[in-house]
Amino acid sequence: MNISTILIFLSLLGISAYYAGLKKSITLRKKSFLHSTPIYHGALLAVNSSLTSILFLIIWIILEKTFLLELSSFRNYLFTISIIIFLLTAFVTFIKIKHNFKARDHLEKIIEYFLLCCSSIAILITIGIFLSVIFESSRFFESISITEFLFGTHWSPQIPIREDQVGSSGAFGAIPLFTGTFLIAFIAMCVAGPIGLMSAIYLSEYASKKNRAIIKPITEILAGIPTVVYGFFAVVVVAPFVRDTGEYLGLDIASESALAAGLVMGIMIIPFVSSISDDVINAVPQNLKNGSLGIGATKSETILKVIVPAALPGIIGGLLLAVSRAIGETMIVVMAAGMSANLTANPFEAVTTVTVQIVVLLVGDQEFDSPKTLAAFALGLVLFFVTLILNYMALYVVRKYREQYE
Amino acid sequence: MNNLKSRLAKEKRFELYGFISVFLALSLLSLLFISIFSQGYTAFEETRIQLKINFEQDILDPGHTKDWSVIKKSNFNLLVKNSLSEIFPDTTKRKQKKKLFKLISSSAEYQLRNEVKNNLNIIGTSKKLWVLADDDVDMLIKGHIKRNLPEDERRIDNKELEWIVTLESKKYIDKFFNKTLFTNGDSAEPEQSGVLGALIGSLFALTITLALSFPIGVATAVYLEEFASKNNKFIDFIEVNINNLAAVPSIIFGLLGLAIFLNFFGMPRSAPLVGGMVLAVMTLPRIIIPSRAALKSVPPSIKEGALGVGASNVQAVFHHVVPVALPGMLTGTIIGMAQALGESAPLLIIGMVAFIVDIPQSMTDPSTALPIQIYLWADTPERGFVERTSAAIMVLLLFLIVMNSLAVYLRKKFEKDIN
Repeated sequence: MNISTILIFLSLLGISAYYAGLKKSITLRKKSFLHSTPIYHGALLAVNSSLTSILFLIIWIILEKTFLLELSSFRNYLFTISIIIFLLTAFVTFIKIKHNFKARDHLEKIIEYFLLCCSSIAILITIGIFLSVIFESSRFFESISITEFLFGTHWSPQIPIREDQVGSSGAFGAIPLFTGTFLIAFIAMCVAGPIGLMSAIYLSEYASKKNRAIIKPITEILAGIPTVVYGFFAVVVVAPFVRDTGEYLGLDIASESALAAGLVMGIMIIPFVSSISDDVINAVPQNLKNGSLGIGATKSETILKVIVPAALPGIIGGLLLAVSRAIGETMIVVMAAGMSANLTANPFEAVTTVTVQIVVLLVGDQEFDSPKTLAAFALGLVLFFVTLILNYMALYVVRKYREQYE
Repeated sequence: MNNLKSRLAKEKRFELYGFISVFLALSLLSLLFISIFSQGYTAFEETRIQLKINFEQDILDPGHTKDWSVIKKSNFNLLVKNSLSEIFPDTTKRKQKKKLFKLISSSAEYQLRNEVKNNLNIIGTSKKLWVLADDDVDMLIKGHIKRNLPEDERRIDNKELEWIVTLESKKYIDKFFNKTLFTNGDSAEPEQSGVLGALIGSLFALTITLALSFPIGVATAVYLEEFASKNNKFIDFIEVNINNLAAVPSIIFGLLGLAIFLNFFGMPRSAPLVGGMVLAVMTLPRIIIPSRAALKSVPPSIKEGALGVGASNVQAVFHHVVPVALPGMLTGTIIGMAQALGESAPLLIIGMVAFIVDIPQSMTDPSTALPIQIYLWADTPERGFVERTSAAIMVLLLFLIVMNSLAVYLRKKFEKDIN
C-alpha cells in the first residue's frame, strides 16, 4: 500500500471526523452552554486523530529504515493499523465532547506545539550541515592526515603521486587554496572597503536628503544582482580589460588572474560594506558630533577624529562580515579565477580558491569512496568553520559596540 | 597647528573622495548593465533565410501513401539543399556545396517536418519559408563578425560572404524576433538554444522552495515572536541557529543537499525537487528574520485589543496580528525568493549542471536553472553563446526586477497599514 494513498484516505477520514465532532457539539449546544464553539470540537477531533496516525506512520517508517527486514513484511498491515489508530483516537475524543469539554484549549496547545516543531527545523538543518560535513570529512581524514591536509603545500587531487599509492588519488595539501582564497578576498576588500566606507560617509554626512534618497537604493541594486552575473561580467569585461592594461604596461597578467576575480568580488561587496557602515555611523550619538562641530572642527575632522573612532568597532565588525562573504562566494571565482592551485601572492597570476575546488571536485563525479570527492567535504568543513568564526567575531564586536551607546 | 586654509582644503578633498566613491560605485553598476545590455540586446532577434521549398512528392511520399508514419522518415534535409542549390545554381563542387548548406541551421529540416505534419496536402506544392540561419551567419548579419576583417580572421570566409551578400541583395535574408530563445531548451547550436528549459527548471525549484520555506518560516517567526517564553535556553538556541544559517555560505547548503538528500535519502540527482529543497533550506532564515521584524512592528494595541475582548492568545495572533504583518512577511519572502532565483552555487553541487536539451516535464526530471544556464553558456567560447548568455541574464534580471518591485510595493502597503 502506497504511503500517499494512506495519507489521502486519512485526510478523507479527517474531514468526516470534523463533521462528526461539529454535529455532536451542535446538538449539545441546543441543550446547554458549550465551553468552545462547535468548530473547535470538530477541528480538534480531526486534528487529534489524523496527527496520531501520521505520527504512527512516521515512527513506523523510521523503524523500518533502521531495522530494515523485520518490519517490512508487516507493511501490508500498515494501512489497516493506521486506520484503526485513527478510529480509536477519534472515538476516544468523540466521547470526551461534552458541554464543558475545553476543545479550544486542547487545539491551541496542539497549534503551539506544531509551531515549536517548525521552529526546531532550524536546529535540524544546522545539525544536518554539521553531520554531513563532519561525517564525510572524517572519512576523508581516514586516508589523508589532518596535518597533511591543513599544512601541505601541494594540491593536485586529480593525478596520483605514485602508482602504488593506496586509497589516494593525489596530493591534498590545501595551503595553496587558503592563500588563493585570502588573496582574492584581500583584493576584494581593498576595493570594497574604501569605496563602501567612503560612500557610506558621503551619503550619510554630505549628500543632500534628496540625493541620498535616490542614490542609496541604486547602490543597493548592486546587492541584488546574482553572483553568476558578476562572474560573467568578470569574464567578459574585467578580465580582458585587466589583461590588456597589463600588456600595455608591460606586465604579464594571466587571463584568469586573481586581480580580475578580486576586483569584481569587491564590486559585489560594496553595498554590503556601505550599508553596514551606514547603520553604524548613524548609531553614533548626535551629541558627540555636535560637540566636535561646536568647538570648531570641520566636518571631515569630525568624521575622521570623532565619528569613525567611535564607530570603529562596528565598522570592523562590518568588514569582518564582508570578508566572510568574500570567502564563501562561489560563482565569481568559479567563472573568473583559475583551477590550478598556485602557491603565490602575486595578484597577476591565476589562483584557485576553496569554493572553486569544492565545485571542481563535486561536479560530474558521483562515486563517494574516493578521497577526491570527500576532500570537497573537508574543504567545506574548513569553510564552514572559518565563516562561522568570522561571523561570531563580527556579531560580538558589533553587539559590544551597540551596548556602549545604548 | 594647521591654518584654516589648509584645513578647509582638506575638508574639500575629503568630500571629493566621498563623492568619487559614490560615483565609482554607480559607474561600475552602470558599466555592468551597459556591457550586458550592449552584448545581449541583439539576441532578441534571429536571422532567418527565405527559401522556396518544393515539397516534392518523389522525395517525401513516392508511394502516395499519405501516411505520416511513412513520410516522417523521408529526407527533409534534401528539400533544404535542393532549394539552396536553386538559388545558387553555379555551386556544383561537393566541398563548395557542403559549405553552402552550412549557411542554414540544422533545425531547418525539423521546421519542414512540422510543416508537412501539420498539412499533408502541402506535398507536391511549393512554399516560401523563412528558415533559421546558422549562428555564424547570424553573427555576421548582426555585425558581431566584422566584414572588413581579413579572411583568415573571421569565421565566415569570402565565398560564404559572397553568398550572404547575394541573399541580402535578393532580400532573402532578414532578422525576426527571436522566438527560439523563449521556446527551446539548451542546444549545442547557439541559434537553436533557448532558456525555456532552464526557466521551467527554475520555476519548479522555486515552487518547492516557496511551498516549504514560506509556511515553515512564517510559523517559526510567529512562534518566536508571539509564543516563545523569553529567557528559555532552547529558544535562545533556536535563535542562534537561525542567525548562523543566515551567514553560512550558500555552497555549504549544496554539500548538505548532496550528503543528506541525495546520498542518505537517495533522491534523484539534478532534479528541481532537490534543488528546491536545498534552496528552501537556504531561504528559510532569510524569510524568518524579516518576518519577525514585521511581526515586531505590528502595534501592540492590535493584539491587546483582541485579548481585551476575550480572544485567546492563538486567536489574537492568527486573527489580528498575522494578517496585519502579512504584507511585511510577504516582502521578506519575495526578496528571499529573488535571492533563491539568482542562486547557483548549491545547485551546481547537487548536479543541476548538465547539458539538458529536453524541457523538464516534472519535478524529478533532470533539469538546470536559469543562473546555471547562464553559467553553462558563459563557459562556451562561441560568439553566439556570448550574446545568448547576456540575453539570459537580461531575462533573469527582468524577473528579479519584477519580484523586487512587488516587494517594494508590499512594503509600502505594510508601512501604511501599521501607521
